[in-house]
Amino acid sequence: MGLTGLQIFKLLPKTNCGECDLPTCMAFAMALAQGKTSLDMCPYVSDEAKEQLESAAAPPIKKVTVGTGEFTRAIGDETEIFRHDKRFFNETILAIEVKDTDDVDAKCENFNDLKFERIGMEFVVDAVAVVNDSGDADKFKSAVETAVNKTERCLVLMSEDVDAMAKALEVAADRKPLIYAATNDNYEKMVELAKEKGCPLAVRGNGLMDTAELVDKVVAAGHKDLVIDPGSREMSQTLADLSQIRRAALRRVRTFGYPSMAVTTKEDPMEENSEATVYMSNYAQLIVMKTDEKAALVPLVSWRLNLYTDPQKPIAVEPGLYEVGEVNPDSPVYVTTNFSLTYFIVEGEVEGSKIPSYIISVDTDGISVLTAWADNKFSGDIIAKYIKDLGLEEKVNHKKIVIPGGVAVISGKLEDESGWEVIVGPREASGIPKFAREKFGK
Amino acid sequence: MAFNIVKEKYRNKISQVTIGATKEEGGTRTSTVTIGGEEALPYLHFEGNIPNRPVTALEVWDIAPPGWNECFNQYYGDVYNDVGEWARKCVEEYGAEMICLRLKGADPDEDNRSADECEAALKKVLDSVGVPIIVLGCGKFEKDNEIFMKVAESGAGENLLMGVAEQENYKTLTAAALGYKHAIIAQSPIDINIAKQLNIMIGEMNFDTDRIVMDPTIAAVGYGIEYGYSIMQRARFGALGGDKAMAKPMIGNIGWEVWKTKEANAPVSDFPEWGEQEPRGINWEIVTATSLLCAGLNIAVLRHPSSLAVVKKTIDDLMKPNSY
Ligand code: SF4
Repeated sequence: MGLTGLQIFKLLPKTNCGECDLPTCMAFAMALAQGKTSLDMCPYVSDEAKEQLESAAAPPIKKVTVGTGEFTRAIGDETEIFRHDKRFFNETILAIEVKDTDDVDAKCENFNDLKFERIGMEFVVDAVAVVNDSGDADKFKSAVETAVNKTERCLVLMSEDVDAMAKALEVAADRKPLIYAATNDNYEKMVELAKEKGCPLAVRGNGLMDTAELVDKVVAAGHKDLVIDPGSREMSQTLADLSQIRRAALRRVRTFGYPSMAVTTKEDPMEENSEATVYMSNYAQLIVMKTDEKAALVPLVSWRLNLYTDPQKPIAVEPGLYEVGEVNPDSPVYVTTNFSLTYFIVEGEVEGSKIPSYIISVDTDGISVLTAWADNKFSGDIIAKYIKDLGLEEKVNHKKIVIPGGVAVISGKLEDESGWEVIVGPREASGIPKFAREKFGK
Repeated sequence: MAFNIVKEKYRNKISQVTIGATKEEGGTRTSTVTIGGEEALPYLHFEGNIPNRPVTALEVWDIAPPGWNECFNQYYGDVYNDVGEWARKCVEEYGAEMICLRLKGADPDEDNRSADECEAALKKVLDSVGVPIIVLGCGKFEKDNEIFMKVAESGAGENLLMGVAEQENYKTLTAAALGYKHAIIAQSPIDINIAKQLNIMIGEMNFDTDRIVMDPTIAAVGYGIEYGYSIMQRARFGALGGDKAMAKPMIGNIGWEVWKTKEANAPVSDFPEWGEQEPRGINWEIVTATSLLCAGLNIAVLRHPSSLAVVKKTIDDLMKPNSY
């Protein structure tokens, strides 16, 4: 949210000299508020006014970039408390811990393998967090070097020892890792390092108030590419702190105008997964966690995708004839509604059946099968007419159509009206793969 | 620096619902649960009182459930055919705080069991465990309306939580719950307007709306959970802001939704990159339940004993105070 024309006007010299190509300071202020001119057109605006104007124009939460190349990830730049008010934009970075006392090589190998396909999309876990568990600077450096060579994804370097960090940065700085962390004890030197190497820096205080003070010191020392760790290691307090940081940032408390992060504490992978879910749901933009079990990470990255989707996107898919896989005239035809949840579940299952198929998405105003049927929007005659409108007869060389098991009652009417043979499918979409194998499998 | 903690002031609180009745209260439960009563957004204890912890339930069926993943056999296989023993195991061995009895056997497409048989199933559960009971019909309107009255009657005095009332079918259940003093689940199809409307319509039948638990219909992670999640957040925020019709505790059938998905059930051989099937299914329940807890869920109905154990621990952690 920028300033209004009047607010800007108050900060101008009010001399109406006209050098900005506008007749008056007021006209310039109005034009600036609307983004029609830029501040440097006025040579007389004071430095102080300049700073106020610039900070008012900046996003409430700074965008911070980690990594380089294909796996560069940006976090921050969020504007909402609730996703339903607009949307969340930049997905949480998940960083998996690797200790420098571990077999870093093997761990990174496993990490690279953390990519999953679901619903036709690829999900990856974003970052390796190398932890200086040994307390030894050389050991840390060599672990970081291994990680640098092993993976192209983002890196988080975790050590409070400035010398260890400096050594690690010799091999990792051009990968733009997140430096973790500046603390009360080391911040002066950590800031120097981060500035010199141009890397983002995590700031970790002891609780929210202490963190606020520390962030201010770090900013005063001249670094602004920050990620805030409020430092609590207790789930309930962390949740509260993350909420406070988001609220304060959106109220333009500059101290907290940076993305926030959390580090899990649970040892059991399932409990840790639950803990990470809590932080992800409560604004953490980066989470450092230990588990690298796929069974835990697949649902977590799926939740991340859901949380960060655009809620404005319509709840209905475009009605029509969809192709799943390499269809041919022998391919089976399924019919469902155009409620997006129903459609995508059916599509996922049809895809899972590994038998290329057509899906007809009938226009039911975006409501589900049973509701649509009760509403007369998914009846035998409507579907029959739609089969004709779609010209399905020319696409396939059979006249068979699969309907959802829940509306078996429409079979008679649909057969009479369309002349197609109706096959009653399973009640739940999850039954489709088995059904398809039995009915259409070779 | 001068940083002021941001505390929201709310005008309203969530209604508090007690389920179950002890001997002194006219029932036979050895414990009751009370949910709701929140005066702040989920787990922002520093902002307002959050008097009651969310509770966990495990789901049992009155018939051996066809199609449940084989991984459940090792926990429930020996009790699938005895709903009383099944419930007992859930409570005594696995720590369920409530039992959710789903009368799926009444479904005409399953065993088409009679109202008497449903009553017998409920009795068995009531006899076997002391925790409060949630009873759900089979999901087919006509059949449910045949069994609801009998079920309500046989649970008289027990202060059950009965479900589900839907916009197209709420009158019989509401009347039954009203007559025998049970609480009620009002289920809406991922639609906040219908959720509100339904609560009002139930109230118009002289049912005390402070005895409603809302089910806004959730989905599993990866299957549109974000719709239910946002509706829950909107409902809760609106309720705290003064919308009394939405100020109800919420329930989610997490096990039911999650174990329908391919991701919970597919063997690792089908999707090697997704990891082992059973822990994957458990994690799917855990992430679904935890995210919804963060949106204000008050009762999590789960299916796997390990999910229940983890979710309970998370609730313990979330209920610890936070302050400034
Ligand atoms: S150049 Fe600056 S001082 Fe001169 S009229 Fe424009 S805004 Fe005013």
